[in-house]
Amino acid sequence: MIETTANPEAPARREGEQPAPDTDHVDEPQRTARGWGAGKAAAAAKRVDLRGVNLFYGDFHAVADVDMTIEPNKVTALIGSSGCGKTTVLRSINRMHELTPGARAAGEIEIDGENIYAPGVDPVVVRRLVGMVFQNPNPFPTMSIYENAAAGLALNSAKLSKSELDEVVERSLRGAHLWDEVKDRLDKQGSGLSGGQQQRLCIARAIAVEPEVLLMDEPCSALDPVATLAIEDLLQELKATYTIAIVTHNMQQASRASDHTAFFNLERSGDPGRLIEIGETTKIFSNPDKQATEDYVSGRFG
Amino acid sequence: MSGPRAGSPTEARKLLAGSGKRGSLPDGASWMAVGAAAIVVAALLLVTGIFAAGFLVVGTMVIASIGIYAWSRSVEGARSAKDRLMSMAIVSAFALAMIPLVSLLWTVVSKGINRFDVEFFTESARGVIGAGGGASHAIVGTLVITGIATLISVPIGLMAAIYLNEYGGDSRLRRALTFFVDVMTGIPSIVAGLFAYALFEIFFGPGIRLGVMGSVALTVLMIPIVIRSSEEILKIVPNHLREASYALGTPKWKTIIKVVLPTALAGLVTGVMLAIARIVGETAPLLVTTGVIDSMNANAFDGRMQNLAVYAYNEYKNPGVPPEPSFDRAWTAVLVLILIVMALNLIARWVYRRFGTEIR
Repeated sequence: MIETTANPEAPARREGEQPAPDTDHVDEPQRTARGWGAGKAAAAAKRVDLRGVNLFYGDFHAVADVDMTIEPNKVTALIGSSGCGKTTVLRSINRMHELTPGARAAGEIEIDGENIYAPGVDPVVVRRLVGMVFQNPNPFPTMSIYENAAAGLALNSAKLSKSELDEVVERSLRGAHLWDEVKDRLDKQGSGLSGGQQQRLCIARAIAVEPEVLLMDEPCSALDPVATLAIEDLLQELKATYTIAIVTHNMQQASRASDHTAFFNLERSGDPGRLIEIGETTKIFSNPDKQATEDYVSGRFG
Repeated sequence: MSGPRAGSPTEARKLLAGSGKRGSLPDGASWMAVGAAAIVVAALLLVTGIFAAGFLVVGTMVIASIGIYAWSRSVEGARSAKDRLMSMAIVSAFALAMIPLVSLLWTVVSKGINRFDVEFFTESARGVIGAGGGASHAIVGTLVITGIATLISVPIGLMAAIYLNEYGGDSRLRRALTFFVDVMTGIPSIVAGLFAYALFEIFFGPGIRLGVMGSVALTVLMIPIVIRSSEEILKIVPNHLREASYALGTPKWKTIIKVVLPTALAGLVTGVMLAIARIVGETAPLLVTTGVIDSMNANAFDGRMQNLAVYAYNEYKNPGVPPEPSFDRAWTAVLVLILIVMALNLIARWVYRRFGTEIR
C-alpha cells in the first residue's frame, strides 16, 4: 500500500493525478527535502485538525467520531485508560494506523488545511511530514549512533555531502540533548546506550528529517524518572519548532509537560473509544466540563 | 484436622527433617557408578565371550543407572535417587546417540587418511586403473556444480521468502506457496534429478549430460530450504524496526533493503551455508544429470562433470584392478566431502557470532 516511487521528485510522481492545489501540498515536503542541511530555517509547525475520524481494525470499531485540533507550537497530551484508542488516534495522524492488516480510517485529518486522507495522497510523504517516537526505544541495531541519527536522510536518499550530513547529525543530537553524551562515540552501536539515551536518539532520528508534527507514543513508559524528566524538558524546547502530540498514561506527566489535554474514554469494553473532552491542561486537571474527565484525572472512575 | 495446623512450625520442622536419610554421595559418584558398571559388564562379556563395544556401552548404561539409583536411595533418599537416575538416563541417551556418529567419523577418517595426500588434490582419475590418481576433477566439479546451484537458488529463495514474510500477508497465494514449499522440502532427491534430466532432454535430446543440469537439480532441492530458513529469520526481525523506518517516511521496499535485510543478514548467511551443506553431498540427482567422468572438466556447459559423492560411489561400484586403491580413493573422497560440510558449518557459526545483530 505504501509502495511508491522512492524519490518524490521522480517524473511518475510529477505526472500524478493531483489537481493544482493538492500538487502544491504534496510538493511541500520536497521543498523541505531539498533544504535539508542547507542552512534552511527549521520547518514551521503546523496545525492538525481531526474531523469525524473513525478508526477500525477489521470489523472492530476502535475509535468513533473524534473531532479535535492539535495546535501548533503546543504540546497536546492524549490521556485515557488502556484500550480507549489514544494510540490508534495518534497512529492515524501519520497514517501508520493502516499498516496493521485490516485496519482502516474514515474521516478527515488535515495538516495545515490539507487532508492527509484525500485520495492520491502518498502515505510515505505524510510520514515525512509527521515524525513519530515509539513507546520502546527502537534504534536500528545494525547502525551506529551517527547512522541512526542520519537514518531518515539516508533512507530517503537525500543527496547530502559528508559535511552537510555531519551538520544535520550534530544539530539533531543537540536538539535531543544527546550530543554531549555521545559525541566521542558516534561510531558505536546505538543499542549500547542506556534506555533514556536510546529514546533521545530516537527523538534525534525523528527530528533529523525536520518534520512539521511530532507524535510520541508513551515515550517515557520504559524510562526511569531522571530520563523521563530529561525528555519532558526536551519537549518544552521542541515545541518552539514542532507541533507535538504525546500519548501518556502518566497523569503528572500530562499536567507537567502539556499545554492541552485530550481525554479519551470508552463506555464499556467492546465499544469504540471516544474523545470526551479537550482543553487547556490546567482546565482539564482543575475544572473539567465532564464528570468522566473529573473522575479520571482525580483517580475516581467506574 | 485434629493435629497442628498445616504450615505450623511443628509441621514445617517435620517436612524439613525429611525422610530421615541425611547423607549424600561423594563427589563424582556418577562417574564411580559408570566406572564400576563398565568393569562389571566388561568382565561379564569377556567371560561369556561375546565382547563388543556396543554391548559394553549399552550394558554399562543400564547397570550404572540401576546402581546409582540403589546407592543413592540407600544414602540420600528417594527424591535424590530419582534425580540421579533420570540424569544418568538422559546422559546415557546422549551417549547412545553419539555412538553411530563417532563410529562413522572414525571409520571415514581412519580409512580416508590413507590417500589424503597432495596427489589426491592435484591429479584426476584419468587413465588410472590401479594405485595413484586423485579426485581433483571431482573436487572442482563439486565446487562448480554447487556454486552454480547456490547462485540460482539464493536470489530466488531469498526473494520468495521476502514475498512470503513482507508482502504475502494472509493471502491465498501466500498460503498456497507455503504449502508447496513444504511439499518441495520433501521431494526425493532422485526426482529432482529426473526433473532436470527431463527438462534438458527436451532441448538437447536424450542422453544429455551437463554440469549445469546437476546444478538445476540441486536448485530444486535447495530453494525450499533457503526459503524456509530465510522466512524464519525474517520473521524474527522485530516489527518495531519496520515501523521506525516507516515513521521516517521510508517506502516499504527501502525499509526491507536497508533495515530488515541488514538486521537479518547473519541469520540469512547461516541459512544459506547450511542449505549448501545439505546439497553438497547429493549423489542420486547428479548421477542422472552430470554423469561420470574420469578427467578434469570445469565447464558446466560442456559435457559430463564429476562430483565427490558420485566419484566415491563410482570408485566403489566400478573398482580398478586391484580394487583396494579404488576403495581407498572412495574413502578419501568421502572424508573430503565431510570436511567441506564441516567447514561450511564452522563458517556459518563464525558469521553468526561475528556479524550477528542482537535482535530484541
